[in-house]
Amino acid sequence: MNLTSHEIRIGLAGAAVAALAATLPLFDQGYYLSISVNIMLYAALCTAWTLFSGPTHYISLATAAFFGLGTYSVGLWINHLPYPVLVGIAALVSASLAGLVGAATLRLSGVYFVIFTLGLAELVRQLVTWAQAKFTTRMGLYVFTDMTEEHIYWMLLALTVAVFITGWAINRSRLGFAMQVIGNDETVAKHVGIDTARAKIVLFMVSGAFIGIAGAISAPRYAYIEPPSAFNPMISFLVVIMALLGGTKRLWGPLVGVVPFTIVMDIVSARFPNHTSIVIGLAFLAIVYFIPNGVTGLIEQARAKWQARQTAVGEEKAA
Amino acid sequence: MTAAPILSVNRAQKKFGGLIAVNDVSFDVKQGELLGLIGPNGSGKTTMLNLISGALKPTAGEIALGGKAISGLAAHHIARRGVSRTFQLVRVLPSLDAEGNVMAGAVFGHRRLWGEEARELAHRLLERVGLAGKAHAPVAAMTYIDQKRLELARALASDPRLLLLDEWLAGLNPSELKIGISLIDELRHEGRTIIMVEHVMDAIRTLCDRCVVMSSGVKIAEGGVAETLSDSEVIRAYLGDDDA
Repeated sequence: MNLTSHEIRIGLAGAAVAALAATLPLFDQGYYLSISVNIMLYAALCTAWTLFSGPTHYISLATAAFFGLGTYSVGLWINHLPYPVLVGIAALVSASLAGLVGAATLRLSGVYFVIFTLGLAELVRQLVTWAQAKFTTRMGLYVFTDMTEEHIYWMLLALTVAVFITGWAINRSRLGFAMQVIGNDETVAKHVGIDTARAKIVLFMVSGAFIGIAGAISAPRYAYIEPPSAFNPMISFLVVIMALLGGTKRLWGPLVGVVPFTIVMDIVSARFPNHTSIVIGLAFLAIVYFIPNGVTGLIEQARAKWQARQTAVGEEKAA
Repeated sequence: MTAAPILSVNRAQKKFGGLIAVNDVSFDVKQGELLGLIGPNGSGKTTMLNLISGALKPTAGEIALGGKAISGLAAHHIARRGVSRTFQLVRVLPSLDAEGNVMAGAVFGHRRLWGEEARELAHRLLERVGLAGKAHAPVAAMTYIDQKRLELARALASDPRLLLLDEWLAGLNPSELKIGISLIDELRHEGRTIIMVEHVMDAIRTLCDRCVVMSSGVKIAEGGVAETLSDSEVIRAYLGDDDA
């Protein structure tokens, strides 16, 4: 492995930020920790989502399905298997579902994929509800562990770091290069020898696995899990909104959206609990309409303009 | 001496609903040969090329590369077996620089290089097609001929057993055309096997060993360039009955 000094610097900066974030529970155990868990959860979900949707431009609304499967993997077997094993199972189950969905739909164009993933998330939720009513008499599952909010926070932080490292490793690999070519021109991609369907499926599975793990980590926080909360479609929509707000061209883009959006949403849901959906809907419209490339897209545009002006000024001086 | 053909097309057919774009076309391409595939507009040349590269699957018939059937395989499988191509309307990868564009051909195709090896090959090929020093130039801002050069370098990067050029010379001005023709001529002398679909007759006359003429989806003539182009049926296909 040969790293450039630029990569080393970014790696060190990232490690410093993560280390700083890890100290947060030492300062507060109440409100700030609680909202930080939310932020960290959506940071993990949105970067995992962007891992796939950033380069492919396919909008997946199946986040809730993978998340719910992860939560249920823990809920079903928490009394029988050690927790780390359950996290592994969550990743495998979610990746398998992603593989199936990918094989069935990624050959189709983007619109069908969006609809299919939305339908799929609902289907899984209905199936779980039905199975629970049929085979057990309860509506949900209890998850009792001795895990506290700060443990969950640290695990989500570790997961986010893992997503970033994975994303970085993929970018340096043949798969990452293949995704770049596919994002440019799929016809060319096929004709230079890229198995475009396989590349997309693999990436969707990696993304799905991480979302499943996020669900597994969140399960102890709910204590009681039932389909409407574990498979809540709002999770899928929020992930899309926040990722688009931040921008999906870079893997760190979604973070720029997650932090302010989670804080604003928290305030909104506390002050106007009955109007939260309206605010989310309006936010969605505004983001897609005004900043389609996200905040990071705006920043990059501004920087390009500034650089163009700098070179123009430089040329004038030289002339 | 009759060497085994690199490519043999045996009664290939492609139907789009009721329209038969390619009908029972057969021909062989020998190792090191430059075959011209010509014919009036809409005669099925590009469709034939698409059948070979796997962009389209033939409705019937067989296409074999080096004796092994490739008809019906997906485009990426055919590419990995050593067929690479350029496109009628030039297709560059705008978000990558010139180096990245050429590396795309080297990394996934017939040779599957990676890292420094692929990068070095890309630089050699950029120099080869006349783009030395433009490795990091934004490709969207390149001139048309430079984009065509880039596409050629990408196609060459996989070290293909068969190179398909789909009207690679179209749209070039007279001086660019000269450069283009001499570039293809060099490739031929290096021993590349090439099929070129082309409308520029000068290029066909200068470059091709043989040509296949198509009209309305069928092959109407095949053979040496001079005799094929003076064939009365070929003249009729191009110019109509009165001039034949």
